[in-house]
Amino acid sequence: MNLSNEEIRSKILEFLKTNFFLDTKATPLKDSDSFLQKGIIDSTGVLEVINFLQTDFGIEVLDSELLPENIDSVGNLISYISKKTETHA
Amino acid sequence: MAGAFKENGLEREDRVAIFMDNSWQCVVSIWGTLMAGGVFLVINPQTKTDKLRYILSDSDAKFLIGDGHLQSVFFPAAKGVAALAAIVISGKAPETDSASVPVIPFEDFTAPRPMSGNFCGAIPLDLAALIYTSGTTGNPKGVMMTHQSMVFAVQSIAQYLRLTEEDRIINVLPLAFDYGLYQLLMCVYLGATLVLEKSFVYTASVFKKIIAHQVTVFPGVPTVYATMIAQHAKTPLLFPSITRVTNTAADLPAHFSGALREMFPAALVFRMYGLTECKRVCYLEPELIDKKPNSVGKAIPGTEVYLLSPEGKPVAPGETGILHIRGPHVMRGYWKQPELSAKMLKPGPWPGEFVLCSQDWFKIDADGDLYFIGRSDDIIKTRGEKVSPVEVENALYAIQGIREAAVIGEPDPVLGESIHAFVTLTAPGALTERDILKQCLSKLENFMTPKKITIVGDLPKTTTGKISKKDLRARLINPRRDGNEPIK
Repeated sequence: MNLSNEEIRSKILEFLKTNFFLDTKATPLKDSDSFLQKGIIDSTGVLEVINFLQTDFGIEVLDSELLPENIDSVGNLISYISKKTETHA
Repeated sequence: MAGAFKENGLEREDRVAIFMDNSWQCVVSIWGTLMAGGVFLVINPQTKTDKLRYILSDSDAKFLIGDGHLQSVFFPAAKGVAALAAIVISGKAPETDSASVPVIPFEDFTAPRPMSGNFCGAIPLDLAALIYTSGTTGNPKGVMMTHQSMVFAVQSIAQYLRLTEEDRIINVLPLAFDYGLYQLLMCVYLGATLVLEKSFVYTASVFKKIIAHQVTVFPGVPTVYATMIAQHAKTPLLFPSITRVTNTAADLPAHFSGALREMFPAALVFRMYGLTECKRVCYLEPELIDKKPNSVGKAIPGTEVYLLSPEGKPVAPGETGILHIRGPHVMRGYWKQPELSAKMLKPGPWPGEFVLCSQDWFKIDADGDLYFIGRSDDIIKTRGEKVSPVEVENALYAIQGIREAAVIGEPDPVLGESIHAFVTLTAPGALTERDILKQCLSKLENFMTPKKITIVGDLPKTTTGKISKKDLRARLINPRRDGNEPIK
């Protein structure tokens, strides 16, 4: 899979919109905004993110990768997804 | 900071609302308030505007200290709060200039300033904190705690947990939750070390901290342990530095013991029970955990408990009764709620003394150890039999593949109430509803077996991480997109 960062970003935002009722028009989300601080995801939400990474990108998230630097913002997710899909290819 | 409070007009017993993530700034705000003679209330940062406004108004908060990233929640909430004199903002700068009161940056508020004398002025009988707790119905209520009751509880808990100044406690629970708050208070009392985490969402990062800081005490709730056990089953987890593991807030399923022992081989496991109204009620000596895996033990040091029937008569060992608690840790009542307070606080044996009526059902065995049966309003009556949801939940937790379980009674024209179990799985498709039913039937009496089992993606939680049966019941009436869908 060779998606551009822009394509990955729009998939992430779409997922946040459907699953967490995020209205990016009313509350713009910057790439660096922490999901945790913004109250977007909590401990059950993180499981949905894992599920999303698996179904949409074929990424198996290891428990040891459950780190904010991989998951806690749109920007972090983009780099994590790019890294994981590269090694898979 | 205490000096800044004084300069800005804080008087003894004025309330300071702290709306922040678990952070050192939050800790400083708590102690700054106390040093100035104020009463602190920590509000969970997940709280939304309307509820925050309610709490600010209800408590007549004079100061609000908030994290900058939460300003879109707290600025609108602060509008119209009559008692409010100033907002202190930490981190991100304010993005609005329409606040009705002065907005002071945290750095300015904590800048060194000359101080003279002891200006706290509080005596042990004064209020130290309001701890807001969700009511079974409607709005949250502020539990009034005095300095002396909090200091007493800290000493009692530190004693039975066998804590010393050498301990390093990791706290992943919100400081707005008394279980989280007391980790901080105990560390200050003992001179021990607190490793303060914002949450348990990013588990790998929490585990790294445990190892890096050689943490010795891990306080958790069943959901935290369930998450860890599910991970442990895939890739083993091992925390040899931990010597004490504690559980409260909800019953720790007995079958967790094996996995807990594998993950924490050096730890004593404490099963505890408490309610915000007296902080902690009882604990089981960890040496008894195999002998009495379902008990929450005896009253904490310096306190006593007993069971009474709804008519107020003593209850014999083995029979179910309502738990009553007597000791210096009992609250002063609910803030500005005398009627609700009177429901929970009954006259005690001595003039002017009050005993806390927990409204929870317990059994006591011949040794005097306690067993939680259920909330008095939670017991399900089906086919004329009383069923404790906890008992059914324990049976569900014992089924491999189930991560969480919650059982409620649904009105049923024939049965009175029928038992409806909601479960989440460790992995999608791990079990079908028929599998679960089959296993339940092999563990529970017929009348206790759920009539209906629903596998869901998640279970609604209160802000303190407990499964919210109230929200679960609401979902039955209004199924929503977010979570009530079976896992495909």
